[in-house]
Amino acid sequence: MKVRTPLAAAALEPDEGGRYGVYGGRYAPETLMAPLEELSRAYDKLRRKRTFQRRLNHLLEHYVGRPTPLYFAERLTEHLGGARIYLKREDLLHTGAHKINNALGQVLLAKEMGKTRIIAETGAGQHGVATATAAALLGLDCVVYMGEEDMRRQRLNVYRMQLLGAEVAAVDAGSRTLKDAINEAFRDWVASFADTHYVLGTVTGPEPYPRMVRQFHSVIGSEARRQLRRLAGTPDPDVAVACVGGGSNAMGLFSAFLDRPDVLLVGVEAGGRGPELGDHAARFSGGTLGVLHGARTLVLQDEEGQVVGTHSVSAGLDYPAVGPEHVFLHDEGQIEFTSATDQEAIEGFHLLSATEGILPALESAHAIAEVTRRAPGMDGDQVILVNLSGRGDKDVESVLEYDAGDAE
Amino acid sequence: MSPRRKRRSNGAIAAAFKTCAKERRSAFIPFLVAGDPSLEATPDLLRALVAGGADVIELGVAFSDPIADGPTIQRASHRALAAGSSLSAVLGIVERHREELGVPIVLFTYYNPVHARGVENFAAQAAASGVDGVLCVDLPPDEGLRELQPALEERGVDSIYLIAATSTRERIDRAAAASNGFVYYTARSDVTGEREDLIPTLAREVKRVRRRVRLPVAVGFGISTPEQVEEVAQVAHGVVVGSSLVRLVEENAAEADLAARLERRVTELTAPLRR
Repeated sequence: MKVRTPLAAAALEPDEGGRYGVYGGRYAPETLMAPLEELSRAYDKLRRKRTFQRRLNHLLEHYVGRPTPLYFAERLTEHLGGARIYLKREDLLHTGAHKINNALGQVLLAKEMGKTRIIAETGAGQHGVATATAAALLGLDCVVYMGEEDMRRQRLNVYRMQLLGAEVAAVDAGSRTLKDAINEAFRDWVASFADTHYVLGTVTGPEPYPRMVRQFHSVIGSEARRQLRRLAGTPDPDVAVACVGGGSNAMGLFSAFLDRPDVLLVGVEAGGRGPELGDHAARFSGGTLGVLHGARTLVLQDEEGQVVGTHSVSAGLDYPAVGPEHVFLHDEGQIEFTSATDQEAIEGFHLLSATEGILPALESAHAIAEVTRRAPGMDGDQVILVNLSGRGDKDVESVLEYDAGDAE
Repeated sequence: MSPRRKRRSNGAIAAAFKTCAKERRSAFIPFLVAGDPSLEATPDLLRALVAGGADVIELGVAFSDPIADGPTIQRASHRALAAGSSLSAVLGIVERHREELGVPIVLFTYYNPVHARGVENFAAQAAASGVDGVLCVDLPPDEGLRELQPALEERGVDSIYLIAATSTRERIDRAAAASNGFVYYTARSDVTGEREDLIPTLAREVKRVRRRVRLPVAVGFGISTPEQVEEVAQVAHGVVVGSSLVRLVEENAAEADLAARLERRVTELTAPLRR
């Protein structure tokens, strides 16, 4: 059943300026423009180089643990009583989330470029841990910027990064979350680009980050298609679901299905405490067009163009902007966006834990929440593919805290 | 040499630099964040800048996420926003005081507040308020030429672009060709803030830029003492001082004579230019 009209292949690539339609671009301080141009050139050269691809693929297989399994969640399917649910198990990757696909790719690229120092931002800590891991593996110095509020929520990940030899730099500005960590990483990079590469962790930022990060994660979708063909008898699910903070795991999954007219692509944002501005991170319902962190995209902001605070129980989705390609694909009718509240995500967390013995990351639990709403209304021969982007060990304390607060 | 076509400008910035050139000195261009410590205090502080010898004023419009600014201007932006500052409020200040101040005002901001207003709206309001030039830190000519500049140009408001130590020849030419009034050379590859020493290659770097640019070249980032002003004035048409004035405002915000203190400091900073 055709659910959308795919775009021509050419429309799926950004133009030379990194624009997807009117989104994206390269809105950066002049000091960073030449380093960004250098990065674009280096990336374009390397991604075509077979030795680089071979090295990356070798590490992805033997170090990171690719391919990740595709798992038929039989008990969850039975419990919901509708579509068959398949989980793409990115949670089983080394370091516990999809983030390592991109972090390793970029750190390898940095090493090839002759950089000796790596910086990164992190929200939930997963991108920070992944980057610290890749830096340790390849022998590069690493500094990870992290908001103080996120450090509190994710203190185990803070210690993990330190164990990996990275310095975790606390960011006490603004909302003390992911957006402020990105600000600080850019500030570092403005002064350090000569020997430092900034490993941006999602499909936003100035050109070439959105397309580069997407490419490093596209393995998620291509593997899933192959595996679905074997497991479900069809490479194309009826619905593919992923949570969307910046949107890297979603782009990684969706990229394999953009030319498949019969696959409905659904992105799930953080609905937080509710629909009021400041209480959520749902850019598609509450955001307006803006320019943040180098890209023109949807931003949660006030009428004066000041970026507003966001809230989500999940640190990884707690970000006021979204990857520009998502907005473009949404405009073009290619991706549908919805949101799940904190409460729904927590319920998704409990449900998957109890039915399948899998603790999902709170980010991924938002995707599970969407599945619980959607699957029961679908037929038993239909297929939902979910990107289980990370594991939930890091969130046990947050869930405990939430449930305790709930009980009061 | 960069190609330059004739375009509309209200000419105030060019005239200010011309006056300085006639007096055989560099222009002094102080920066303050509008609304810090309060919107009410800002007009007095701007008067103090002029009384102390400002030739052009860079008026900072606070943004929630100032990725190119160091701690001093970050804190000032935060205070200004907490005090109710916004692009609307800053345009109001310019509208009420530009004439009385008598020196050109360049809005110095990030692109998002401008973008949120809509570039056409913004350009019309900026021109009507008496804004002479606009510099958006994160709007390089690559994007600015298409997006904001046509609207500003149509109304005679100058677009000013940054040139950095990392700017290639092509990028210098692009910024020079796009700018009106002057170009702003950032003296170091870093966020804004005071530094003890200027970078040793500054004179050579500024000359490299000047060779390719017909417009006046102002130099900023890290300049905070009269000695540094004097040194930079040897090679630049304009000297920008930001963080050290912003810090003075921060440290004296509660003092009744804040404006007088600011004026004294600006007078000290401009003294080397008047010798």
